[in-house]
Parts: sequence; C-alpha cells; structure tokens
Amino acid sequence: MSQTTLTRSPAMQSPSAPPLRDLYRTMRRIRSFEEHVAELYARSLSAGSMLHLSIGEEGAAAGVCAALQPQDSFTTHHRGHGIFLARGAEPDRMMAEIGGKETGYCRGKGGSMHIADMALGHLGANAIVGGGIPHVVGAGLSYKQLKKDAVSVAFFGDGAMQQGILYESMNMAALWDLPVLFVCINNQYGMGTRIDKATRSTAFDRRAEAFGLRAGMVDGEDVEQVHAMAQDLVDGARKGQPGFMAVSCFRFFGHGRMDKSPYRSADEEETGRKRDPVAHARAALLERSLATPAELDALDAEIGREMSAAIDFTARSPAPELDTMFRDVYGEGEPRPESIKARLDRVLARN
Amino acid sequence: MSNTPNTTTTTYRDALRAGLRDAMLADDTVVVIGEEVGVYGGAYGVTKDLIKEFGAGRLIDTPISEPAIIGAAVGAAMTGLRPVAELMYVDFLGMTMDQVGNQAAKIRYMFGGQIGVPMVLRTQGGTGRSAGAQHSQSLEAMVMHTPGLRLAMPATASDAYHLLRHSLTLPDPVVFIEHKALYARKEEADLTTPIAPWGKAAIRRPGRDVTLVTYSRMVHVSLEAARVLAERGIEVEVIDLRTLNPLDMETVVASVNRTGRAVAVSEAPMTSGVAAELAARISEECFDFLEDPVLRLAGEDIPVSVSPELESASIPTVGLIVDAISRMVAR
Repeated sequence: MSQTTLTRSPAMQSPSAPPLRDLYRTMRRIRSFEEHVAELYARSLSAGSMLHLSIGEEGAAAGVCAALQPQDSFTTHHRGHGIFLARGAEPDRMMAEIGGKETGYCRGKGGSMHIADMALGHLGANAIVGGGIPHVVGAGLSYKQLKKDAVSVAFFGDGAMQQGILYESMNMAALWDLPVLFVCINNQYGMGTRIDKATRSTAFDRRAEAFGLRAGMVDGEDVEQVHAMAQDLVDGARKGQPGFMAVSCFRFFGHGRMDKSPYRSADEEETGRKRDPVAHARAALLERSLATPAELDALDAEIGREMSAAIDFTARSPAPELDTMFRDVYGEGEPRPESIKARLDRVLARN
Repeated sequence: MSNTPNTTTTTYRDALRAGLRDAMLADDTVVVIGEEVGVYGGAYGVTKDLIKEFGAGRLIDTPISEPAIIGAAVGAAMTGLRPVAELMYVDFLGMTMDQVGNQAAKIRYMFGGQIGVPMVLRTQGGTGRSAGAQHSQSLEAMVMHTPGLRLAMPATASDAYHLLRHSLTLPDPVVFIEHKALYARKEEADLTTPIAPWGKAAIRRPGRDVTLVTYSRMVHVSLEAARVLAERGIEVEVIDLRTLNPLDMETVVASVNRTGRAVAVSEAPMTSGVAAELAARISEECFDFLEDPVLRLAGEDIPVSVSPELESASIPTVGLIVDAISRMVAR
C-alpha cells in the first residue's frame, strides 16, 4: 500500500479483524472505567490530583491495541488509562494504582500518569509530553538487535506533535528501519489550547512521511477503520517499515478534573461529543444485527459492575507501608539512600 | 610504581577503550550508541576502531539528537540491551535532562520496582582544552542531585577501566563522567584488579594533618599540592572519591576524625556544588573533631573562558590549594 493510498482511502476491513462486538466491549469498558475514576475522586479515594480521562478517545485505544500481538510493547502519554485497558489491564489493579494503593500495578508509587506493567508490555505512561516516545525507538533497536519478532508503539497526544523529541525519534526509527509505530491521538486539545492555535498545519501524516515513515490519518469515531489502519501499519512495522498514524477524535471533557473547559463553547462541546466511538459501534452492531439492544444493555451493566468492584477493591486495599518509600530507588541489593531520620539519629547521637 | 605482570602502561583513553571492548566481549547485549562513536571513533578517540571488531550494529552512529539518543538508550535498556550512550560533552546534559532526570532516573521507582534502566551514560567534562563556556563545564552536581542515578568520575586509567566495567554490571543508570584533560594521561595501570571496590573511596596519599577530599582531575592537582605541602612539613591525606553516588562518607569521616581538618576540592562552580555537599556532610558528621571550618576549594562562580589564562585561573590550582591549606594549618 502506498503512502498516499493509506492516507486517502478508507481502510478496508481485513479478514483477521476482531469482531466489532469485542471492540465495542473494550471501548465500553474504557468508558465505564473513566466514569468510575470520577467516582473514585468523589469518594476521596483518588491519590492523585492529576487525572486525565480518555472519554471520546476509546476508538484509538481499542482499534490500535487490537492490532498488537502479546510480545509487542508500548508507551503512553498521561491520558493513557484507555490504552492500558485495551491491552488487557485489570481494572482492579489500575484503579488501585490511581488510588495510590499497595495493590496497584506500581504499588502506589506511579499513579494515573506513571502506570506500567512489563507483563503486558506496557513500558510506561509518561507525564512529560513526548517523554515516552524515544523509548519505543530503543525497544525497536532491542528487538532488531536481539532478533525478536516484536513491535513497539508510542501513543501520544496532539500536544506532542509540537515536541522536538518526536521528530528525533521518527527520524531514527526511519533511518534504522525499526519495528516501531507512532500513534498520535489527536483529541484537538493540548490542555486548553486547540490544535489550530498550536500549529499552522494539522496534516500530521505529511510530517511523518517527510521522515520516510508510512503514515496515515483516520477518524477515531470508527473503531473498525482505526483497527484496519493500525493493523496495516503494525504489520509493516513488524517487517521493519516504521509507521505513523494520527487518530482524530474529541476530548469530551476538560484536561483534568478541575478543568471546566472555559476555552471552548458549549456548541463546540455538543458537536464534538457527537463524535462518539462507543455510540457509533453500538449503532453499527444493531444495524448489522450483530447484537440486540437487550444484549448490549446487559453487557454494559456487567461492565458497570466490574468497574464498581474495582472501586471497592481500591477502597479495601491498604496504603503502601512507609518503609517502602526507600525501596526501588535503586536495584535490589544495591546501597539505598539513608533516610533523614536515620541520619539525624546517627549524627546527633555522636554529637 | 613497579612494573609487575599485572600492570601495563596505558592512557586513560586506552583504558576506557579496553573497558568497553572487554565488556562487549563479555556481554553480547552491550551496545554503544551516540554521535560519532562508530566510524569516527569518538570525538576524543575512546571508541576508535571498535566498529571494526564489533560492527555497526553494536557501535551505533546516530544523528545529532541528544534527547533521542538517551531516550532510545532508556528504551533499549528496558527491553534487553545494555546500552552505553555517549554524550559527547557533559554540557549537553541540559538538552537530555528530561530523559536522564525524569525518565532513566525514575522509571524503576515510578513503576514500583518492576523494571530498571541498566544503561551507562558516558560523557566527559571539565576544563583544560580551552573549549569555551559550552564545552568545559563540570555538571556533576546536577546528576548527584537526582536520586536514581549512580555517578562515577574516574581520576586514573585503572579506575577508568574498572569503574566502567562495573558500571556495565549494575542494574541502574550510571552517569560516567570522564575528564577531557585526562585522556592522554599515561600511567602504570592494573587492569586486572581495581584499587578499591565500586562505591569505596581510595586514599591516594596518607597524611596526618589535613584531609583533602576530591575526585576526577582534581585528584592529580591535589596530589601535587600535597607534595609541595609535605616539603613544608604539612602532611595532607588525599582521598579520591571515585564515585559520587554511592558516596563513601565512611572513608572521609574516618580520615577527618583523625586529621581534624577537611578541604573539599572540586573543579565545578562552588555554589551548591559537590564541594558544598561534602562540606555540609563533614560538618555534620565530624563536628566534634574539627579544628577549623571545612574549606571548599572549587571553580569560580563564573562561566568558563576560552582564554587559557582565564580558564586555568578559574579553577583550583596547586598554588591555591597550597596557600589555603598553609593558612588553614597556621591559624
């Protein structure tokens, strides 16, 4: 497929595409998880002041992750709950991590913006815009050097399209033919700045093509199209042709918890929220007679119970013991930092 | 020094190359990545000819993209390689500080100990080549101020070899800062046995009157000052820290408690620098034994000039150390 074809034509459904019902379920779980994160906050169970919801962006997470294989890896930006869930994360441990609990994926030290899980190839969410992008270049180097049949994917927002590290990374990936895919989830806003106020050109695929990457842009409302493009690009990356895709969507809510979006109009929000990948998939399932409303309602209810249980799990989970504070600064068995209290005891005892 | 079967005459540069080569022979996952590390052989010649032996797959020449070089090394270290990322000058650290300080240093901690970043960031710093304000700095305090990073600063060819080899066995990111004025320095070096284990300081010269704590090139300047002072009857104990993280305060404290006087010598700007940290720690831990305030002898709080006269006058010299310690002891 030429770069132009990739960009211009609606992607075709491949025979290996996952059933739409599965994609719907993934997206519905993301939506429900994010809605429950708000409850976590309301119940004062959230440890972090930094919570960035991906409602409206479910199509990107579900579509791309469905194209990956178990040995593949990825990094995400700060708005990465949905991507990790689409990859198979357990809501219990995710919610507990967001709550800063010992039972979380990172034992409560990472939280929403630094969640990671090596078992699922999650090399880490990142709170620095663009910070995790070069890590997939390194992972791609490893896979090439160690002859592993794996692809590494960097997920980031449209804000990172204006970060220099992206261009250094795309250049290296192309130069070295690495098994890497760059995925921009363009939700139109970098915090409160709309994309047209951040850059003159939003033809992001053109930027990637300029570096020699296979590139495309796709509408994130249609998860099947997202998946089809992702599958094609992941397949290419696996053969050493790195790729880039920009998934267009709309961030339904503010940047973070306290952001009431004063920088955009009610009209814009109303129109934007009509670009709903979950509703779009639901309508398609019904239209194609792949599910009945009752079946989907039952599925939604079951997912709601799963997410409520994750909240309860978080509430029940213990906080980390204080002495874990000095663990994992360095590797196991390596000299640890001395606590201030221990130093005072030592110094003042002698004096 | 005698020429025993275990010692060989080598330069600091050649010892570093031998360290890299031996590490690459011992461990297939060691790769070197950076600007001009392959065909060119490194800006200071440290990786010269290694590409002939190991190929372009393990001596990876990169574009001039410092943040992505370090970032790629971070990702590679998380997925099975043990990269040595070369930053041509430590002055470029600021460009890479997100990848060094926010990523490499914190990944193990943020992720609850799931994974580490076993990489070495090789770089060089310091004055002595009239390289100007953006190619002559000593930025070790920035590294020392970032939990999660180990920091080695070898003063000798033997340490250049052994500390580098050891860095390439550690589970955590190591910033390895060489000194540009030491590359051509020749010595009888023992490449089979280190002078001390990783994390232990070395007493380069014993003395009863004053403890002088230093590292990197200032070890040699300090030893010269100690020789001059000995002629005046002042015996200075010179401690080479070798690594700044871990920091071997045990050796320092034991020495200061014996001598009752301490001087911290560093080429880096004085304010909030390594010498300041050493002075604070010595004051806290050795207060009852100190006869004088702990002195800091460090770089002036100014940028480095290209004029060789201004450059050399802006960092501690033999004369400055001799003068300071003479006056300290005479008080």
